[in-house]
Amino acid sequence: MSAESGPKTWPLWEVFVRGKRGLSHVHVGSLHAPDATMALRNARDVYTRRQEGVSLWVVRASDITASSPDERDSFFDPAGDKVYRHPTFYDVPEDVEYL
Amino acid sequence: MGDSTNPVAAQYVLGLADDALVYAQRLGEWISRGPQIEEDMALANIGLDLLGQARALLTRVGELDGTGRSEDDLAYFRDEREFRNVHLVEQERAGFGFEMARLLWFSSYQCELYAALRASTDEVLAGVAEKALKEVDYHRDHATQWVLRLGDGTTESHERMQQGLRDVLPYLAELFDDDPASVAAAESGLGVLPSSLHDAAVGHVTKVVAEATLELPTETRWRSRGGREGVHSRPMGYLLAELQHLARSHPGAQW
Repeated sequence: MSAESGPKTWPLWEVFVRGKRGLSHVHVGSLHAPDATMALRNARDVYTRRQEGVSLWVVRASDITASSPDERDSFFDPAGDKVYRHPTFYDVPEDVEYL
Repeated sequence: MGDSTNPVAAQYVLGLADDALVYAQRLGEWISRGPQIEEDMALANIGLDLLGQARALLTRVGELDGTGRSEDDLAYFRDEREFRNVHLVEQERAGFGFEMARLLWFSSYQCELYAALRASTDEVLAGVAEKALKEVDYHRDHATQWVLRLGDGTTESHERMQQGLRDVLPYLAELFDDDPASVAAAESGLGVLPSSLHDAAVGHVTKVVAEATLELPTETRWRSRGGREGVHSRPMGYLLAELQHLARSHPGAQW
């Protein structure tokens, strides 16, 4: 593979698979494809060959805005001592599988 | 019909099985040779789908012809003259444009074939067709997506895709020939006449080719013949050598 965004390289796509109805789409990996339609098909071939999913999303990796490791302290640490934000003060009914 | 043996029906099913088996072998050759690793995976998956169809069909052949041969017996221990596949699928792997032209035509043919075979009087064949139809529908979509992009892409990709369509042309007529085995199979309700699949298959390809700004070539000075009688072209022997040598060098080996 040559330069990351050279004209001969297909762009990178991030793939999300929904395992079954009721679950959220989960990031499973990435792949190269020339466009969104082909990315979806490649994702089907690479990530759902063993019946891993019922739905697929693909997103261009360059369209994702990610938090930076440098900002980790200010982003995440303040939540550390605020236990009251956790929904642990409820009784969860037994038959509710995915909450 | 039912469970009794029927050698003529076996010949018909053998043709379908060998088409799938031999094309599976050719598609497997794309692993590590595709334009990207994702395409290696796609073509290998398609090949594996075809291999699965071949396995089920070959097993049925062993029952229908009364010899009780297994899928492995039939795949590994027949010689070239006993294979009944069309010449299209045995041709050597060439450029990606050629492969997409071959896959578009072959999967369009198989879509119509399996759609019709769902009504087969042979329960096994009808069952295989039901399952395989979803697979080949995806194969056809994959080829369609690529033909659209290459045809309506750059000048270079357009020309190569156009050349691919020209190169497969001599092999297409054979897919739709009504050989004696298929005529008998169609009469009994077990099979379908290949010629009855022609218009619908051509219809899909024509639509895709036009949308891809390509031209569908129709003039060819020669056409392939003989696959269904076991007469094959030069690449077939080499393909079988690679397909069969391991099983023949180590008979009965297991893993």
